Amino acid sequence: MATSLKSHKASQSFWTNFVLIAICVLWMIPILGILITSFRPSEDIFRNGWWNVFPHKEDLEVSRVIIPESVDVDGPITLSGKTATFQEWQRGVQLEDGTKGTWYGNKRTRTIVISENKWVGFATNLTIQNYMDVLTGKTISYKNAQGQTITRTGNNLGGAFLNSLAVTIPGTIIPILIAAFAAFGFAWLDFPGRNIIFTIIVALLVVPLQIALVPILQDYVKLELNGTFLGIWLAHTGFGLPLATYLLFNYISTIPRELLESAYIDGASNFTIFTDLILPLSVPALASFAIFQFLWLWNDYLVALVFLGEKNQTVTIAVAQLVGEKGQDWHLMTSAAFISMILPLIVFLGLQRYFVRGLMAGSVKG
Amino acid sequence: MNISQSKSPGANTPITKILSWFGTALGQLFISVLIPAITFLVLWQGYLFLQRAAAPQIVQVLVAIVWGVGGVALLYVVTNWLVMKLPKKIARTLQPFVFVGPAVVIMGWFLAVPVIRSLIASFKNYLGTEWVGLENFKFAFTDPRMLETFRNNLLWLVFGTFFSVAFGLLIATLADRSKAEVLYKSIIFTPYALSFVGAGVIWKFIYTYKGTGIGIREIGLLNAVVTALGGTPQPWLNLTPWNNFFLIVIMVWLQTGYAMVILSSAIKGVPAELLEAARIDGANEFKIFFSIIVPYIKGTLLTVTTTIIIFSLKTFDVVRVMTGGNNGTNVIANEFYLQSFTYNHAGRASAIAIVLLLLVTPVIINNVRSFNQQRRGF
Repeated sequence: MATSLKSHKASQSFWTNFVLIAICVLWMIPILGILITSFRPSEDIFRNGWWNVFPHKEDLEVSRVIIPESVDVDGPITLSGKTATFQEWQRGVQLEDGTKGTWYGNKRTRTIVISENKWVGFATNLTIQNYMDVLTGKTISYKNAQGQTITRTGNNLGGAFLNSLAVTIPGTIIPILIAAFAAFGFAWLDFPGRNIIFTIIVALLVVPLQIALVPILQDYVKLELNGTFLGIWLAHTGFGLPLATYLLFNYISTIPRELLESAYIDGASNFTIFTDLILPLSVPALASFAIFQFLWLWNDYLVALVFLGEKNQTVTIAVAQLVGEKGQDWHLMTSAAFISMILPLIVFLGLQRYFVRGLMAGSVKG
Repeated sequence: MNISQSKSPGANTPITKILSWFGTALGQLFISVLIPAITFLVLWQGYLFLQRAAAPQIVQVLVAIVWGVGGVALLYVVTNWLVMKLPKKIARTLQPFVFVGPAVVIMGWFLAVPVIRSLIASFKNYLGTEWVGLENFKFAFTDPRMLETFRNNLLWLVFGTFFSVAFGLLIATLADRSKAEVLYKSIIFTPYALSFVGAGVIWKFIYTYKGTGIGIREIGLLNAVVTALGGTPQPWLNLTPWNNFFLIVIMVWLQTGYAMVILSSAIKGVPAELLEAARIDGANEFKIFFSIIVPYIKGTLLTVTTTIIIFSLKTFDVVRVMTGGNNGTNVIANEFYLQSFTYNHAGRASAIAIVLLLLVTPVIINNVRSFNQQRRGF
């Protein structure tokens, strides 16, 4: 009885892990695919899939045979003892010595490629050229599937990366600062309209930002804020403030009353209490929201598209533009996508614990 | 005015007298004007520097960061300092507004007032010059374009939400029984850190199609798998209406991690005694899952589902990047984008935004209600 229960448990644990590993592999393959592709030379990428970097069996060309003019290519064609029609040769015919003969191109080429099935992929070409090409805004050249050289203008991902930093760093700190002041005000100061204003903030938590884009863009055109960093900081501040204020309010209002009262008795002003007491105590909540806001800003596409556009373009805009204009250049798209992901991935994997805490508290946001 | 008046009496007096003059009421007023003026000047110079954009980009970016963050902090310090200069009673009344004022003004400008402005614009024509009654809403609810977006958003809502939550729940439950829980969860959660634009590239590469022909080797994973299994490669993103599902897969890939993390912590809250008692009574794992765990985490399940539903309603980036809304994949938020920025029809765009707002209104009402219940003593 005891042993059967034990073996039952062991098999259960085996299946649990089996299913989990299967799902994890499924989840990772897409990222692995672009990571590997981004390091392959452009010619290789066009020729075959990224999984070919792993050892596998493949038909490799060993020689070419030209069919003499005397043979009618519309009839049966014989080569090293095998007779087949043109269509069959085109699909490939297995020859007696283990090699394979495949017609090259159309009938007029009169060429059959002889190939052998061999293990390959132990030594793979990897390069960082794709990354260099996509980071620069200068002219770049690369080879297409046929080996021809193509010249294009780079997409300046390097510049876009800097712009993204210029958008996200203040775009994260400014709303947190403003929200922290407001949360303190709502939690500890008394003023008329406090309840009603805070209720409106709660209502604003899930308002879709589409509602604001057209009116705000009209204002920005008048104020000449369109395309400026100040404009997008303000927009991200406006859209992020309800959640930031709500989260920080929840946190700051739990700070023990005695702590504040003793500070007031010591003659501290509201302002010094805020800077010397509230802010240091709120660091965990501030950090959680900061990671949240940072990822959301770095990955934002819509707000940047509307308020920044071509000017001061961020990485998401640059990558999307690259997809639009060089939709088949996978060596550029994959490396660009990876550049756009590297910072959020580091932040995310490094600070996951804080992030999860923020996520739990903020799961009301839309 | 103040400056020119106050300069003449102190023209040729020793330094001590100048210092003591700063203590007088007039001197205080002088400082009260001067310091904000200097603050404003410094910030304005920074603004002009950034507008000129003459410096190398890295310098620009650094200046922008320092200017933006420092500027906001400085504004608070200066405003508070100014208010504290006022008589005590007035200062006490005004100070709360120094704290909450900026947040309230910005939220008002960027979210609260736009609701009203969009509502007004939705009853006007494409330029916002003439009233057109309900015409824009007639478009929003009856035009074939819009009906297509409603159908697609419904697919996103039903399938995207269902699979994200179902996978999230499955993984959270299984991982809870495994020793390598943290590792599994980290892997599933990772896509959540990625942008939809980046995820778009990843999945576009999986769906890529080279065309049919002899000797063509597919470089897209899906077509390679299909070919290896003996099928014919397909241009997946052009296959209406199935292409919607290929896009929804991307959302599931990203959102499952979110659902999993939240649900996982809820599952950990299920009391061990409850599970133990059920096992002793001979309940199998399926029974335990459906009749103990699921009812116990019902509240969290509802929150996660609501959050993902709202998310699915606002789907935009992924459609924009992958198909541009063509081939029958258009969604509400993309139609909003097209109406406002491609066709420049402010009226229709506003009507669509109002439709989106209406769709989330039940959630808004619920949030406000539960907040008011929580904070009775507020």
